Amino acid sequence: MRKITFQEIAAAVRQLTMEAGTQLEPDILEALLVARDTEESLLARHVLELFISNADIASREKIPVCQDTGVAVLFVAIGQDVRVEGSLEDALQEGVQRGYVDGYLRKSVCDPLTRVNSGTNTPAVIHYEITSGDKLHISMLPKGCGSENMSGLIMLPPSAGKQGVIDFVVEQAVKAGANPCPPMVVGVGMGGTFEKAAYLAKKSLLRPLAAASPRHDIAALEQEILTEINRRGVGVQGLGGNHTALAVHIESFPTHIASLPVAVNIQCHAHRHKEIVL
Amino acid sequence: MSLLRYRPDFFDSLRAVNLPFDAEVLSSLRAGELISLTGTLYTGRDQTHRRFEALLDSGEPLPIDLRGQLLYYVGPSPAQPGQVIGAAGPTTSYRMDTYTPRLLELGLAATMGKGGRSPQVRQAMEQHQAIYLATFGGAGALLSKCIKEAEVVAFEDAGPEALFRFRVEEFPAVVINDVLGHDFYEMVRQDQS
Repeated sequence: MRKITFQEIAAAVRQLTMEAGTQLEPDILEALLVARDTEESLLARHVLELFISNADIASREKIPVCQDTGVAVLFVAIGQDVRVEGSLEDALQEGVQRGYVDGYLRKSVCDPLTRVNSGTNTPAVIHYEITSGDKLHISMLPKGCGSENMSGLIMLPPSAGKQGVIDFVVEQAVKAGANPCPPMVVGVGMGGTFEKAAYLAKKSLLRPLAAASPRHDIAALEQEILTEINRRGVGVQGLGGNHTALAVHIESFPTHIASLPVAVNIQCHAHRHKEIVL
Repeated sequence: MSLLRYRPDFFDSLRAVNLPFDAEVLSSLRAGELISLTGTLYTGRDQTHRRFEALLDSGEPLPIDLRGQLLYYVGPSPAQPGQVIGAAGPTTSYRMDTYTPRLLELGLAATMGKGGRSPQVRQAMEQHQAIYLATFGGAGALLSKCIKEAEVVAFEDAGPEALFRFRVEEFPAVVINDVLGHDFYEMVRQDQS
């Protein structure tokens, strides 16, 4: 068994949180540059240029890329040969809290009913997975809710088929208009059960933007949906043009013979994500 | 580090508009026009509006006089030592729709956020000759550079949802709804179909 201490985890998550809030990863920067260079609308091109400048200022001056520094969503894969000294959950939550406080990130987490803010941006939403090996893999997705609010899930009948999936995903993305800060990243979870589809939709956002699904038929479906969303002309910030979405990611899982769940998790262009392996 | 090196050329082509609005200037702005705002504005988002409504319901005055003002939907991130404010881009406006007609009735001249407004808000804007602006969501670091002073005016305990007064210089925005009832998002949609 390999030991990892509470402090190691908390310190790593603190650092991950602060960096995720202020630095866009190369995949999203590259996607914004490509969008700028292939955008047909002059106004949209200007606005994309502004986003690229924004990322530059944020990273140089350690200012959050967006004031909505999100609810912290963590995907944690723990190798079965790892032993954590102390509570893994507490270490992760403490790291998130310290990151948001020390990094001057906005605290946006509140009670759903009373709306009282926790003041620490905790609790983070944490998804655990047990894997083989002796590593602890932590992915951090600070999720802004302008885009999160535009997400949706449908339990389609199997007869709806591929076209049913396309129609739902395209409609969900297009009807969101300017609300989720397009150009967006569209995460799709297809199959499984109600909650599995939603989980997969979120998890698909962790995939590097340029990477297609390893399954050829699904990669083709991703392209088809992306093309259709961009054909509909919402455009950058709802101001028109040919970039409403930067990418569509579909994660698929076998489902019941009676079922075809489809979940769409919308992400904004300020798509922040970071990962670390301990 | 000079701000100029970060400024896309875009900023140089915008129509300069002072805040609070001159009534004639406000009426002359048209949907789709790109503007650059200089002067003072107030901020508010979900909880700020909820508190406005609670005060109005109990017959108490609001902490500020809204007449002629611009209300910017933003919940900034905290300022670091030496900064005026943290990132301060727009939040999605539809969540404020339910509160907005009442504030327009009190003389609020304009609101600014991102995303479309409800038919009720658009109707109230036409009725009260108010406008709605969008600024650029996900550009909070860059937009923070246009904010020269920031001061909490009320509801400090609401944290990012407090009511701030900002002094802005050359803050970029797009006119979405003008006093004639045009809606730029709708114009874009019609243009595409």
